[in-house]
Amino acid sequence: MNLTLYVWRQAGPDAPGRMERYEAADINPDSSFLEMLDVVNERLAERGEDRIAFDHDCREGICGMCGFMINGEAHGPRRGTTVCQLHMRHFRDGDVLHLEPWRARAFPVVKDLMVDRGAFDRVIQAGGFVSVSTGSAPEANLMPVPKRIADRAFEAAECIGCGACVAQCPNGAAQLFTAAKVSHLGLLPQGQPERASRALAMVQAMEREGFGYCTNYAECQEICPKGVSIDFIARMNRDFLKARTRGPERDEGERT
Amino acid sequence: MNLDGKAPRGPLAAKWLEHRNHLRLVNPSNKRKFTVLVVGSGLAGAAAAASLGELGYQVECFCFQDTPRRAHSIAAQGGINAAKNYHNDGDSVFRLFYDTIKGGDFRSREANVHRLAELSVNIIDQCVAQGVPFAREYGGLLDNRSFGGAQVSRTFYARGQTGQQLLLGAYQALCRQIAAGSVRMFPRTEMLDLVVEDDGSGLRAKGIIARNLVTGQLERHAGHAVVLATGGYSNVYYLSTNAKGSNATAIWRAHRRGALFANPCFTQIHPTCIPASGEYQSKLTLMSESLRNDGRIWVPRDPADTRPPESIPEADRDYYLEVRYPAFGNLVPRDVAARNAKQVVDGARGVGPQKNGVYLDFADAIRRLGRAVIEDRYGNLFEMYEKITGEDPWVTPMRIYPAPHYTMGGLWVDYNLMSNVSGLFVAGEANFSDHGANRLGASALMQGLADGYFILPATLGNYLAEHLGEKVSAAGAGFDGVEAQVRQRLASLLALRGRRSPESFHRQLGHLVWHACGISRTAAGLEQAIGEIAALRQEFWQNLRVSGAPAEVNQDLEKAGRVADYFELAELMCRDALDRDESAGCHFREEHQTPDGEALRNDEQYAFVSAWEWQGENRPPVCHAEPLHFESVELSRRSYK
Repeated sequence: MNLTLYVWRQAGPDAPGRMERYEAADINPDSSFLEMLDVVNERLAERGEDRIAFDHDCREGICGMCGFMINGEAHGPRRGTTVCQLHMRHFRDGDVLHLEPWRARAFPVVKDLMVDRGAFDRVIQAGGFVSVSTGSAPEANLMPVPKRIADRAFEAAECIGCGACVAQCPNGAAQLFTAAKVSHLGLLPQGQPERASRALAMVQAMEREGFGYCTNYAECQEICPKGVSIDFIARMNRDFLKARTRGPERDEGERT
Repeated sequence: MNLDGKAPRGPLAAKWLEHRNHLRLVNPSNKRKFTVLVVGSGLAGAAAAASLGELGYQVECFCFQDTPRRAHSIAAQGGINAAKNYHNDGDSVFRLFYDTIKGGDFRSREANVHRLAELSVNIIDQCVAQGVPFAREYGGLLDNRSFGGAQVSRTFYARGQTGQQLLLGAYQALCRQIAAGSVRMFPRTEMLDLVVEDDGSGLRAKGIIARNLVTGQLERHAGHAVVLATGGYSNVYYLSTNAKGSNATAIWRAHRRGALFANPCFTQIHPTCIPASGEYQSKLTLMSESLRNDGRIWVPRDPADTRPPESIPEADRDYYLEVRYPAFGNLVPRDVAARNAKQVVDGARGVGPQKNGVYLDFADAIRRLGRAVIEDRYGNLFEMYEKITGEDPWVTPMRIYPAPHYTMGGLWVDYNLMSNVSGLFVAGEANFSDHGANRLGASALMQGLADGYFILPATLGNYLAEHLGEKVSAAGAGFDGVEAQVRQRLASLLALRGRRSPESFHRQLGHLVWHACGISRTAAGLEQAIGEIAALRQEFWQNLRVSGAPAEVNQDLEKAGRVADYFELAELMCRDALDRDESAGCHFREEHQTPDGEALRNDEQYAFVSAWEWQGENRPPVCHAEPLHFESVELSRRSYK
């Protein structure tokens, strides 16, 4: 199959960017989107032109490293799919595709389709953990966790940190990402001692990083390749409000 | 060279405890005076960096990805073993130890493997306390499953994403230490060389030279100790289940600086991967081997059968594993399943458009258990298969074929996980230590975390305690020299201006290694490959074309350096496979098999670890042997008939 690509080219964070046109000719429909770009890149290099830079690693849809906009949709037109697991058979011969990096103030462009998602790391560093040092853990089965709760926590923990939620949100908000971690840990008994302080600290970190505010577009849930639900955002808002009104020191255990 | 594995004396079960009792300690107020460099942020690296940070050391951690959470541990699907005996089915630390050492075909150290089995229970406790959402039963307690043919249920799992959840647990612990200031994280930074100095008493690791992958600048980092936790080298084969970025440069550069490389030919080929569909293929995707619990493997009796598989009647199908191995059937170990699939495909009986697969059929299981049960067990895998192949496995059988997946070989380490270079520690898949000639399912996650959370924090302290008061610095002739060499090498890669891309060389090299040093090996094939690899390497250094400039994001340059190292490593793998004139585990030398085609070990002559020493470019490496002593187990022959 043959496609026409318009790709965002930008040499560095402060350089101006522009859309460039490339022909992706003779592409095997069974190849993945990134394999199609590999082919385009090999041909560019043969002509002595600069390759299109894009992030990728596992190519199995789990590491969260890949991702860019295809015709305005994060990870492209297939739901529940990262761009590395998107196959060309879902496009039509002759399609014209516009590829752009995640567009969000908190994710500056590094080069071409690569962005800096360090802001996500800093949100986790603000409190996205249970403060348990190696060696101090009790026997694992001392603390039963109802299966329903464990399953729910797992659904939140499935987030791969790719940033599609932020990219798709008209406000560039990171609520879904942050809420996923706040909820994963806040649902489990292990996470209770720091539940309020965690919600407070992570929401504040998110705001510091320059992400936008959530106004319930719900685009994030729609686009999330792992199907993380916006119910977790409601949950995070509840935890945040409680922490805000009662003070972060009032973690769950102290409420009586 | 006298290779001392430093396995402690005493009864097997008391070795680790006794060893720990005598390890030197570093006073809490002195820990912050030590800098430890941890390269890699997967299970072993993140767990080590976090745990060392908690102890109070100054840690610098490096990864080539944009964040430590992406390391390829994240893609592990199946689970993690631990001898908790929660199922009351007779499991014990000894049994896990025994299964692991037997599964490795008796080519690993008893003391190391027993320690791994002991620590397995602590790992589960630690991960649960971190909030890792393992699967649970309705009573709220942890669920286990039987995995990889084990006779007990000792595998803890988090759906098909166990590696992801364990890695995120370690990543979160790491983030906590980054916030606390004890760990400095360097993402998008790739180690390109190790700085080693000989201070009169032998080689000592002083630090690393790394390239900032955003600016292209070279950086120097000095430390009292260096931990390499950079994963395995399956990407030598080009097509493997590893991430595209996974590479061998860190361990290979350390090898060239004096670290011994152990058992390089021990590479695991995983039997259940999706076959390649064309020349553009960039990697292979594994599907959890748990699929073999319910799927039946077959090929048509008549290779020319063109009917769709679902309409081929029973009588015309060859369930070759069930016929050949009536006791284990489709659940034979990975190496046996992989070898049989290769024989079928090599015998022109493969299926699919490229004739490069065998069927894995769930029709019987769906009839017997109902679609709901199968969906619950494997739903996400069915979806993944459909996504990649465009075929619906509910209707037509899956096609599978083996793919390189894990490398048991790696840098040689002693019981303290220190290489023969003082101060250079190696953890996780990057070392060779625990899996012998074959790794059992759900054991990689266990080993990475045991090394990172529990072993290194104890043994590093023992090493550092000797070096109290020493200052480290990245200035000086040692760093100057290595940095100049790294700079020179990058410049020569860019200066070649030939006609072929790093990718095309890599693909051709991978093809060579796969055929000569993959599922089965012969002396003639290996000798031929060694010559062909050398010739291709020569072409690489004349006809390579790298696009872009040095001082910018340059993914072509990154790739070129990695491929250059694969050439040298590939040659060493073949030499090791040639030198090990026996079959053991994954290493199947066709010359050494039983009359019915099973691997034939030679314990008299080959019960040792091969530890190769670099002698310089274009000079053959020297093999040192560390004999393996078995005090607690008898060397039996594996049989799955």
